[in-house]
Amino acid sequence: MGEHASTATYRDVEPTVITRPGAEPGSRTRIFQDLVFTVDHKKLGLMYIGAGLIFFVVAGLMAAMIRMQLAIPNNTFLEPEVFNRFFTMHGTAMVFFVGMPIITGMANYLVPLMIGARDMAFPRLNAFGFWIFLFGALLMYFSYLGAPGLYGAGSAPDVGWFAYSPLTAQAFSRGHSTDYWILSLLLTGIGSITAAINIIATTFCFRCKGMTLGKMPLFVWLMIVVAFLILIALSPLSACQIMLLLDRFLGANFFDTQQGGSAVLWQHFFWIFGHPEVYILILPGFAVASEIIPVFSRKPIFGYPVMVAASVMIAFLSLGVWAHHMFAVGMTSMGNTFFATSTLLVAVPTGIKIFNWLGTMWGGQLRFEVPMLFCLAFLFQFLIAGLTGVMLAIAPFDWQLSDSYFVVAHFHYVLIGGLLFTIFAAVYYWYPKAFGRMLDKRMGLLHFWIFMIGFHLTFFPQHISGMLGMPRRYYTYDAGRGWDTWNLMSSIGVIFQAIGLSFFVFNLIWSYFKGAKAGDDPWDAWTLEWATSSPPAEYNFEKAPEVKSRRPLWDLKHPDDPDWKHE
Amino acid sequence: MSTAAASDSDWKLPSPRKTGVICLLIAETALFSIFVVAYIYYIGRELNPPFPSEVLKLPILATICLLSSSGTIVMAEGALKKGAINGFRLWWGATIFLALVFLLFTAFEWRELIVEDGLYISTNVFGTTFYSLVGLHATHVVIGSLLLLSVLIFSFAGKLQKQHHEHVEMVSWYWHFVDAVWIVVFLVVYIIGR
Repeated sequence: MGEHASTATYRDVEPTVITRPGAEPGSRTRIFQDLVFTVDHKKLGLMYIGAGLIFFVVAGLMAAMIRMQLAIPNNTFLEPEVFNRFFTMHGTAMVFFVGMPIITGMANYLVPLMIGARDMAFPRLNAFGFWIFLFGALLMYFSYLGAPGLYGAGSAPDVGWFAYSPLTAQAFSRGHSTDYWILSLLLTGIGSITAAINIIATTFCFRCKGMTLGKMPLFVWLMIVVAFLILIALSPLSACQIMLLLDRFLGANFFDTQQGGSAVLWQHFFWIFGHPEVYILILPGFAVASEIIPVFSRKPIFGYPVMVAASVMIAFLSLGVWAHHMFAVGMTSMGNTFFATSTLLVAVPTGIKIFNWLGTMWGGQLRFEVPMLFCLAFLFQFLIAGLTGVMLAIAPFDWQLSDSYFVVAHFHYVLIGGLLFTIFAAVYYWYPKAFGRMLDKRMGLLHFWIFMIGFHLTFFPQHISGMLGMPRRYYTYDAGRGWDTWNLMSSIGVIFQAIGLSFFVFNLIWSYFKGAKAGDDPWDAWTLEWATSSPPAEYNFEKAPEVKSRRPLWDLKHPDDPDWKHE
Repeated sequence: MSTAAASDSDWKLPSPRKTGVICLLIAETALFSIFVVAYIYYIGRELNPPFPSEVLKLPILATICLLSSSGTIVMAEGALKKGAINGFRLWWGATIFLALVFLLFTAFEWRELIVEDGLYISTNVFGTTFYSLVGLHATHVVIGSLLLLSVLIFSFAGKLQKQHHEHVEMVSWYWHFVDAVWIVVFLVVYIIGR
């Protein structure tokens, strides 16, 4: 675990307890009041992550049932309509109710601590953002009860997570399931935008003394980039949801081809949001890896300025690649060329990042703790995801494989192999900070290995079934097309993933009560969140910290050889 | 909400209020961009009358009202900074008046389009994009007017002091943004689209 070096400078005074009016401290009413009325960035951050994990289990169960249906040919486990609802709810929930809140939660919890601030810039806006997100998410699940409406028609959205027109037109989507989908995304979109405003204002306006932009942890830098992407990308999503609402309720003709509207315009508008969204989801993964890899390699990050520049570059390029989701629609060759080229360009800054992480590890004293293992797996898996991404960027290749299981495999390697693995890394790394106890290492190792095997077993075969022509979103398939074995392997992988995840969930609960005490700085790390108590007091720091380098805790622990002499 | 560092004179950080409002306006710009692009994309694609060239009239007076309200709000801000609270109320009230006149012009324009020309949001893609873009802007004018009005109420309640000039400035930034959007809407809808 490394030495517990003294970090006394930021903790001259013992933490004090702030008393507030309300029910008896420790009583159930009080806990409820604390959760509902809180504006504390740490509580809200954990609530975001907790809500995200609950929706993760729900959406994961839907995915498991999808895989059960597809395990063998001509299966009748799920009705076709139910299957459509499940993949729609699974996709929408994983992006908007799992990915987004967990990212927002991590930023909420860590950004103020890392920059030495006491809270977010707008604490009440922060609470508003959380509750509007939660309401929006529950609204979509409420569609199972409320959507049939007067028509007695289908419950729950079944139009796919990108809801291509004209599927969403009143004529083809009776009842209110699509309306719930629209309203839910509008509300969670508002939540995300408020969170983005808060992250930017916090980092720009509440950095502790000495923390110039060039000395911020890379995590904070990447969260700024993500927040700007949210501002620019989430609003177009809101815009096209408003248009769809107008179409469905007031008879507007935005996407009605019979009235001169355009179904392709929906695709453009959706992916103008949808592609930056991919980077909104993966950049936080980079952020986590950029914190964990240096600490467990015992070396500062390699090429800090280049890492920042590459992140900004990725964000910039991501705004101009959206139509690579639409090669199969039929665009001009000019359009195809432009979007293929811009998409290929993204590989350049991304490659730089991968080399910089490798450069950080090169010659370092690697410690294979659980967070580091997840980050190492992330590097390999994200590389595979990037390579299939480069393949799909070639328009003619995409014509062949668009909407096949190859695409499904590609983006699950991005979102599970990239994002989810780093989220697990982050949980193992920062759980001791948030709860004061270490997560159990043996259970962590079991979680890591079993889940990783399950993940590859599920998604690697989908590359092959996709290339053999299996289309996504079909509820069943005939035997003898060469897809049977691959699908069976995929479905068996789910069992491994479920076992791995149950170790994780059990570990979260068990360690909360029985885990080893963590102390302030269990990993011998360098950023400011480790300078305060675990869990941090409501005001984070007794005394506002002052930093001189990118690794303030290194400076404190090594007064003889501080970083600021070299930077 | 201020950290100890913020009070230190050699460690200057931007104002969170301004940063937040700038972020909000970036998001709003992205929102409007999509509606403007949709409008431009659908110019000339309506399959049935009424066509924009037949029914749209240049809203010159409305435009003058809205744009000059950006001037009156600057005057109001200047008065507040000097502590001239009555001057502030006068210019601020003038801004609200101009905003209401603008909304009145829009109301009459829409009444004419709906009642006399038979243009509904469902009539053709011109109706669809026109009502949604101009409507989205008008919604922003309404929200802005409510903000302006609440500041005026605060000032008459004696709650508005000289030191609140940054709060007031944020309202005026929003108002300038609404004006700037109108310039784009005017160009796209009434000049290019006609």
